[in-house]
Amino acid sequence: MSTPDTAAPGAAGHHRDGEPLITFDKVVKQFGDHVVLRDLDFTVAPGERVTLIGPSGSGKTTILRLLMTLEAPSGGNIWVDGEPLWHMHKGDQLVPANEKHLRAVRTKIGMVFQQFNLFPNMSVLRNITEAPVCVLGKSGEEAEHQARELLERVGLEAKADAHPSQLSGGQQQRVAIARALAMEPKILLLDEVTSALDPELVAGVLNVLRNVAETTDITMLIVTHEMQFARDVSQRVMMFDGGQVIEQGPPEKIFGHCDHERTKRFLRAVIEER
Amino acid sequence: MSGLEIGAWADELLAGVWVTVYITVLSACAAVVVAFALGLTVRMQHIVPRTIARVVIEVFRGTSLLVQLFWLFYALPLLGYSMRPVTVGVVAFGLNFGAYGAEVVRGAINAVPKAQWEGTIALNLSPYQRMRRVILPQAYPLMIPPFGNLLIQMLKSTPLVFLITLTDLTAVADQYRASEGNEGFIFGVLLVVYFVLAYVFTVAMRLLEARAKARLGQRESAREVLAYRGPMEQEAAGG
Amino acid sequence: MTWDMDYALDVLPPILEAFLRYTLLVTVLASVLAAVLGLVFAVVRRVRVPVLTPLTTAFVEFVRSTPIPIQLFFLFYVLPEAGLTLPGLFVGVVTLGVHYACYYSEVYRAGIDGVPKGQWEACTSLSMSPRYQWQHVVLPQAVRNVLPALGNYVISMFKETPFLFLIAVPEMVQEAVAIGGRDFRYLEPVTIAGLIFLAASYPSSVAIRRLEKRLVHA
Repeated sequence: MSTPDTAAPGAAGHHRDGEPLITFDKVVKQFGDHVVLRDLDFTVAPGERVTLIGPSGSGKTTILRLLMTLEAPSGGNIWVDGEPLWHMHKGDQLVPANEKHLRAVRTKIGMVFQQFNLFPNMSVLRNITEAPVCVLGKSGEEAEHQARELLERVGLEAKADAHPSQLSGGQQQRVAIARALAMEPKILLLDEVTSALDPELVAGVLNVLRNVAETTDITMLIVTHEMQFARDVSQRVMMFDGGQVIEQGPPEKIFGHCDHERTKRFLRAVIEER
Repeated sequence: MSGLEIGAWADELLAGVWVTVYITVLSACAAVVVAFALGLTVRMQHIVPRTIARVVIEVFRGTSLLVQLFWLFYALPLLGYSMRPVTVGVVAFGLNFGAYGAEVVRGAINAVPKAQWEGTIALNLSPYQRMRRVILPQAYPLMIPPFGNLLIQMLKSTPLVFLITLTDLTAVADQYRASEGNEGFIFGVLLVVYFVLAYVFTVAMRLLEARAKARLGQRESAREVLAYRGPMEQEAAGG
Repeated sequence: MTWDMDYALDVLPPILEAFLRYTLLVTVLASVLAAVLGLVFAVVRRVRVPVLTPLTTAFVEFVRSTPIPIQLFFLFYVLPEAGLTLPGLFVGVVTLGVHYACYYSEVYRAGIDGVPKGQWEACTSLSMSPRYQWQHVVLPQAVRNVLPALGNYVISMFKETPFLFLIAVPEMVQEAVAIGGRDFRYLEPVTIAGLIFLAASYPSSVAIRRLEKRLVHA
């Protein structure tokens, strides 16, 4: 699987078969003097489920935020579905992307946040239908129909008219997942989605995500501390530290007999915590 | 003490109260429009509209309302534009209090948690959709208390319009003073009337706030709404 | 009618003089009065003295909710009836001072409430008398917290001094209007008055905002 060069990534908007869906090419991200990601290279294949693990500050969340266009890279290129994310083509050149380009590429990516971020001025149903109506141009009935279906899938069809403040954290997170899925993204980014929940609510959310993984072929990038879940759902686990990939491989290998000392130490510490 | 003659003056006083109230309300509407126009413009990325809005805000906040009133009433006609006194009053009040209101709007928008902005980016809402559907509805309840304070300050500034020939409550009181004497009595009465008007306005704003918060899932009891909490002048509230 | 620079320069000195002799003087004196009296009000309301506290609270709320011009008129006309005939300047300083003392008292109260509860408890554990607590621990911290807000109020007061012309104090705006009336040219005097206001209040606002940022990071 070769990394595409800057000139011609293929028909706009569609990757060629066999080409990665996401490519990070020497990506650098720094905040002031603090360098979080250094020359990061990795790819994600279509339909792949990748879990990112590592200590806090290692850059895992930053990677998700770069993909979701919440942050701009300080250097390097990011490619999504055959198109540059933070740059756009102008003739033969790559120039920094404008808002219009960002919005076009962003439609393929969805994100679920640690703090749910539901809109408090809307009901649960409206939280889910708002973006499909405004952005995808769906009709009210179509969006509502889809929203109710999604709510059923996450087990909250009874709460459609409730207000986010009336739901538990786990329920809010499940609504957030439904909201992200309503936009039919190709890539779903999950940023420590259970870290802010009371322990007894975690399982409910993880089960929903397991269901999503089984019934769809959405590419998923997951940052989590839930090792069992990572084992169940992902095909690949990447261990990060200091903004670099220390090690990556299938879950059995990483969790079973990983190569690097750093990985071993991290996993031991995380497992001991439980 | 000669007879207070208040009966004969009751009609005039009531008419004066009416003028005071409608000047306040009209000015408040003008101020809200100005506040949003300036408050949103001053947040724009483009440097030209942003600077113009900032200059307008600082000029109207930095000069006295009385000066602005007099300038519009005395000086502007000499440059060719003359307006009816009511218009002068509403424009001056609207611009002055609108400039303070712009800071309120700006502050309230900034107070909406950053996570909400990120949620709208994740869902790919356009900047306009983001503002109108997610951010402003959440900023709105935060704006009401400071706007309430500005409303009370507007009420307290209405006596100025008597100086540009409008017959508000203060003008009537002055007429009473001129013909009946008894200044202590009439101005004492005025203080009480203004106090009552201030309380009515405050309760009205409190109800508005309660309704706005309810839409966000936060409810207040009736006691909290009716409790008397005095106004706080805007600048001390961090404007 | 267009701007006449010569005329503007002619009328500048008397307007500036009115500014310094009346507007600025009143602002300074009234601010000092407000700062001191406001502190008294705030402490009385906080300490809950039986009769004094509710009276003070009622007084403060009443004064804050009513217009300055009316209060000026009230004192200006009522005081002579009570036997005290005082010059307009004095009445002006007292009215503005008392009115703003009521605003200041709220600001002080916010400052006092902002002093962490732990500070009070530390004082008690060190057996400090209430008076000592207030004077040497709480008030210094409270005042420091709210210095920017107090500064903003001084600027506010400054912008309300024009009301004094209602009680025959020849402050700057009235002077400007009088000159305009005398020469039948209002444009220059009134604009100059406005510019002086801006020149005095804008730099002060900026300075206060900077002070606020410094205090927050201290």
